[in-house]
Amino acid sequence: MTDRPVEEHPIVQNLRAWDDRAVAEVSQFRGELTIVLPPERLRRAAEYLQAERGLQFDLLSDISAVDRFPIEPRFEVNYHLVSIPLRQTLRLRVWISGQDPVLATLIPVWPTANWHEREIYDLFGIRFEGHPDLHRILMPDDWEGHPLRKDYPVEGFRT
Amino acid sequence: MTTIETAAGTAQTMVLNMGPQHPSTHGVLRVVVELDGETVVKARPEIGYLHTGIEKSCEALTYSQAITLTDRIDYLAPLSNNLGYCLAVEKLLGLEVPKRAQYIRVLLTEMTRLNSHLVWLGTHAMDLGATSVMLYCFREREEILKIFELVSGQRMMTSYFRIGGLALEPPPGWLDRVRRFIDMLPSRIEEYENLLTRNSIWLMRTQGVGILGAKDAIALGVTGPMLRAAGVAYDVRKVFPYSSYDEFNFDVPTRTECDSYARYLVRLAEMRESLKIVRQAMEKIPSEGPIKADAPGIIPPPREKMKTEMEALIYHFKIFTEGFAPPPGEVYQRIESPRGEVGYFVVSDGSPKPYRVKVRAPSFVNLQALPKLSEGGVVADLIACIGTIDIVLGEVDR
Repeated sequence: MTDRPVEEHPIVQNLRAWDDRAVAEVSQFRGELTIVLPPERLRRAAEYLQAERGLQFDLLSDISAVDRFPIEPRFEVNYHLVSIPLRQTLRLRVWISGQDPVLATLIPVWPTANWHEREIYDLFGIRFEGHPDLHRILMPDDWEGHPLRKDYPVEGFRT
Repeated sequence: MTTIETAAGTAQTMVLNMGPQHPSTHGVLRVVVELDGETVVKARPEIGYLHTGIEKSCEALTYSQAITLTDRIDYLAPLSNNLGYCLAVEKLLGLEVPKRAQYIRVLLTEMTRLNSHLVWLGTHAMDLGATSVMLYCFREREEILKIFELVSGQRMMTSYFRIGGLALEPPPGWLDRVRRFIDMLPSRIEEYENLLTRNSIWLMRTQGVGILGAKDAIALGVTGPMLRAAGVAYDVRKVFPYSSYDEFNFDVPTRTECDSYARYLVRLAEMRESLKIVRQAMEKIPSEGPIKADAPGIIPPPREKMKTEMEALIYHFKIFTEGFAPPPGEVYQRIESPRGEVGYFVVSDGSPKPYRVKVRAPSFVNLQALPKLSEGGVVADLIACIGTIDIVLGEVDR
């Protein structure tokens, strides 16, 4: 937990110095830093965050999508990163539209993204461009709909 | 049979379905294996057979009700999942939990780690043909379950950790029971070691099997004992301490051999470290003091107060009918479960029900490494590889 303004956070400054347009918005809540990126810059920013000596985000813990239906852009995708050598964490976020939701895959940067992205495709219907094996992972292959979307009911029968 | 081109010429391969019903998959896991004779050319895990939609169900429950679902994610470490979820919601609320409750939480989650490692050791050894170890491990595990029952009233799905503290005051004398157990366990661990550590069959089945180096492990997001057996001392309890773990003295055991045997040694060493933590926690736990945070409107008031105070009765009614509403925002809370990093991403929209609960399940992520561990080895070692990951399929599929 820090009192200093979030813009002065070293990770934000480092990323801004690299490419000012890569950072759309920054926020901090309960000591957790969130950087919002434009979707088209996600892949390059991920490569930078992993390779840069002062950042070294080598472990992608998790990818979580959230459906903000009916708000547009509808989906937010959160990437939870850890730097094991530097003991720091970061959340990256991108917003994507509900019409034809598509995002670049991060498998080339963090191979662990493979199953996370398949899960998000399965449960939210977000496609990941460049994913080598994008099909359902938890639901049966012939399932209709994406259960974690907010317009998908929690219970009931299909008519 | 399909013919494949290899560097040595063409070879005939066979596709074999292992599972979903197979005793050594520890649940309902299907692995599609492509075999060239005895050699595994390709192994593809197929999951989802136990998917119960826990994350979706959480969205329809209040914050407190959702605790009962977190137990059911990982049936070998229900308290670790309780803890991860409760810490996440407490972070969202900005709630400070009394020290006494924190220490009891530490003690019980370490007992959970022992419980989980005992089951892992027993089943893994049984997969590889050492049946007696399983019987011994389950004997000791029974004692842990009895302690859980003593404290919470339940052996497995305890739901003992609640938002802001603990469900109820542990019964008098429970620590004596814990002490008896931890005084007994070291000699029992010796017993397992006598059976396995220098057993030549055990060595042949585990040494050099399922190699996963540090670089690959991090790239695949593998955490927990699997990562530490590759020489990376990443343990959430040390790196990002929670629930007062920074006040405890313990080591993070690591090995550098990166194989199944190294993971076995790391897990055994972790059991000894857990005993150290339990011992320290027993000394730290004050005999008296609050076990719940002081937060009216969030923590249910004590029963006696409800009978005399109008306000307490109103709070009780409100908490159990509509729940409480944390401020809008989102948190990601990571903890070290027996299998690796458990993460709870909880999003609040300011209503009494969580807008989204995402569980980062270590089994799900670690299982992704199965092709890396098993490809190129023989089919019998595939069983060793599944065992060494220590998956709980309930957690994989959620």
